[in-house]
Amino acid sequence: MSAMLSNEKWEAVIGLEVHVQLATKSKAFSASAVQYGAAPNSLTDPTVLALPGSLPVFNEEGLRLAMRLGLALGCTIAKHSRFARKHYFYPDQPAGYQISQYDEPICAGGSVPILEDGVRKEIALTRIHLENDAGKNNHAGARSLVDLNRAGVALCEVVSEPVLRSATEAADYMRSLRQIVRFLGVSEGDMEKGHLRCDANVSIRPRGREAFGTRTELKNINSFKFVQQAIEHEIARQIRALEAGETIVQETRLWDADAGRSRSMRGKEEALDYRYFPDPDLPPLEVSDATIEQIRSELPELPLDARARLIALGLAAADAEQLSSERRLLAYYDATLASLGKSNAKLAANWVSGALLAELGRLGKSIGDSPLEPARLAGLLKLIADDTISGKIAKGILARMMESPDEAKDIVEREGLGQITDSSALEAIVDELLDNNPKQVQGYREGNQKLLGFFVGQVMKATGGKANPKMVNQLLRARLDT
Amino acid sequence: MSELLSLSASEQARRIAEKTVSATELCDAYLARIDANDADLGSYLRVDHEGARAQAHAVDAAVCAGDSVGPLAGVPIALKDLLVTESLETTAGSKILEGWVPPYEGSVVRKLRSAGAVILGKLNLDEFAMGSSNEHSAFRPCKNPWDLGRVPGGSSGGSAAAVSASLCAMSLGTDTGGSIRQPASFCGLVGLKPTYGRVSRHGLIAYASSFDQIGPLATCAEDAALMLEVIAGGDILDATCSTEPVPAYQAACKRDVKGLVIGIAKEMEGEDVDTAVSAAVAAAIAELESAGAEVRRISLPHTRYSLPTYYLLATAEASSNLARFDGVRYGKRKGNEEALQNMYEKTRGAGFGAEVKTRIMLGTFALRAGYYDAYYKKAQQVRTLIADDFRKAFAEVDVIASPTAPTTAFPFGAKKTPIDMYKADVFTLSCNLAGLPGLSMNCGFDDSGMPIGLQLLAAPMQEETLLQCAAAYQRQTDWHTRRPNFGGQP
Repeated sequence: MSAMLSNEKWEAVIGLEVHVQLATKSKAFSASAVQYGAAPNSLTDPTVLALPGSLPVFNEEGLRLAMRLGLALGCTIAKHSRFARKHYFYPDQPAGYQISQYDEPICAGGSVPILEDGVRKEIALTRIHLENDAGKNNHAGARSLVDLNRAGVALCEVVSEPVLRSATEAADYMRSLRQIVRFLGVSEGDMEKGHLRCDANVSIRPRGREAFGTRTELKNINSFKFVQQAIEHEIARQIRALEAGETIVQETRLWDADAGRSRSMRGKEEALDYRYFPDPDLPPLEVSDATIEQIRSELPELPLDARARLIALGLAAADAEQLSSERRLLAYYDATLASLGKSNAKLAANWVSGALLAELGRLGKSIGDSPLEPARLAGLLKLIADDTISGKIAKGILARMMESPDEAKDIVEREGLGQITDSSALEAIVDELLDNNPKQVQGYREGNQKLLGFFVGQVMKATGGKANPKMVNQLLRARLDT
Repeated sequence: MSELLSLSASEQARRIAEKTVSATELCDAYLARIDANDADLGSYLRVDHEGARAQAHAVDAAVCAGDSVGPLAGVPIALKDLLVTESLETTAGSKILEGWVPPYEGSVVRKLRSAGAVILGKLNLDEFAMGSSNEHSAFRPCKNPWDLGRVPGGSSGGSAAAVSASLCAMSLGTDTGGSIRQPASFCGLVGLKPTYGRVSRHGLIAYASSFDQIGPLATCAEDAALMLEVIAGGDILDATCSTEPVPAYQAACKRDVKGLVIGIAKEMEGEDVDTAVSAAVAAAIAELESAGAEVRRISLPHTRYSLPTYYLLATAEASSNLARFDGVRYGKRKGNEEALQNMYEKTRGAGFGAEVKTRIMLGTFALRAGYYDAYYKKAQQVRTLIADDFRKAFAEVDVIASPTAPTTAFPFGAKKTPIDMYKADVFTLSCNLAGLPGLSMNCGFDDSGMPIGLQLLAAPMQEETLLQCAAAYQRQTDWHTRRPNFGGQP
């Protein structure tokens, strides 16, 4: 029996806990720098190492970023929240406990939007809380080496309600969350560097039943691909087990990306008792209404909101999606449009997401450091919009504007690149052309319509591409069709 | 013994600044006395001859050069070995940390150094500050200089014994449930536990983070004031440390007690208190009354729950704070490194003493899933009630007087069960539960010639009031000038 068939009988229930690395310069509770790829144990201090007598002091920037994310996702910000210690022994956890939030998290509720067949859908959140990261154990044969560079890095854990229903939806959710945290500048959101790490709680139940089945927790799924694979694999495994008359064991499973399968890490009996209690080293976090409103007022438009706005301007869904996929790209587009006017939204979309990005790619630059500023691009696009130049000429000018501070208008004037829209000049060229090519004229008139292209090409060639193609077409047809 | 050693720390500081005594001379006198006598007492775990002399030389050089020197310039002090000292071994009195040389300096130690203090060495204590007699030191018991057959109190036993025996001019101890005040009482000293947050805990190896405070042990109120002025104040490395300005504590010592209201709580008297202790405490209060203070009877109804409340909360925090001693990064690693669980069990099994293990287990029990509400949370609620009792009381009175401990120093081995031992702290615990400042000072001796301590408590941040009372009392009495007959009296 295939999993597909079974899926019509079974429904998956998925909740994700995504750990997002916050873009703070120093660690959550001490001054050590946060940096990727530094020499092992070079980014430590007494607090990170949990040396006796050291104390944590909270980095307020982490709080600001978590609140920014929470407000963007419509969470309720707790005016009073608290850190708690979560205890477990492991060499990558220097203090023997993680500093996290337990019963008083900074954010409650809220949702992450995803698109389902182009329609916005809200995935409800339980909470977002602050915590610090553990270090890394590097296993070398029988021995393990501990690298504490990552230990103490500020994270926020975004916990969804168990409302996701498929592996694809879970992956979409994670993608959307990544895009949002990058938009907000809350996290660099670099998957390669482990800035978003996911644990998934998965269970299945017969379709139509309300009660949840026994869930398993999948740990260590750190890419969109693995989220999808691991959850698909787990759903299939649970379906197979239930259909074979077995029961699901509540357990924690570790996703092995290399093997493409999960394995049991610990069962319910071995479940850790974290012995949470409020961290006495850290005073409660008190946040004023004024601070909340200040942060709220600084929120940018989120990707799906921008997407909807762009579609309303007349853009195709795919263009709107691309332009709203990254904050700086969207900002560039919006700035271009501000100079150009909304009536040319589509034109601007085509050029920003097409020629501009292609040129930047060729130069190895990103949109954020584009040498061609939005206002100058708008200047170029205006010349297209009012038929001063053709698209083809514009492409050449755009490439040159990447390397010079000139305005498009000046280039066009200086080099006489403006379209020939003077009909008498074009008429003369057309007449000459037809006189010199009687055979083709005859061919066209005998029904070979394709020859129109030949004539257009010849006119363009004769004018160095400057002829207005629309006018050329009209003139040719007027002459040939009579 | 050099007569210099019988001077108060404040007087020593004055003479050094005036160049009538050199810091080196003073330092050498203390080192010689330690070398000659501490083997009998056991107050030091480590004497830093070289470091102390270097600091003393530096002070002398500065004084000679006419440079301005700090308020503690050249004063030889010593530190409870729970305080982290850069490049000087720090053990917390535990085998698990034996040999650990800290790569950083605790904030208070840094303040002491910049104030010019000469640090003679590190003092004995109950392992991780868990104990009331110093019998739980993993290395050797420290004795009471008034009677070597008796305990000096704990956990800052070494800090009290060393000052009392003139093996340092002053010391720092730490107080989680009475660990400065009770040994100060047992050894006849002034011991001051500051308000929670008054002194940075950075560099204080945590026992119970919401209780621990560093404070001075000294022979007189003025010395304690001098020390507190140096160590108090905000610290960006301790989020629980208050940034309130530090008052002039030495100036407070000059005030009289006229009109001051002393509260006596009925819950802090009782049948378990030795008659000699009760009598001396009553006499001391009468003495303050004769100096112009007013006495009022008050009630602190919830303080009777102090002992169970404290032992639930403090052990819970201890079980968490001591999790870091896992053999991975520092201290003695034991067992099979290839089997993680084995390494943890062997390291912690061999490294921690029995009392520490008991408290870790108690705390672990209290924090178990499903029991949090019944134990930890309930205890926190009681803690709030106790703090409320004090808040109400301090609306009426300026200080609350009581015995520091129900008895004077007891003989080694006298407390047979942990509960018996814990009861030695019955009057000191509520102060830490409420985060108040508390002071103990000598107010007489019992028939065996052992010192008796009077405890004074005040509202948060009112250390001045405590020092004012103590200094006024010491102007009228001479108990605090008496020294034990140990190692040849000055």
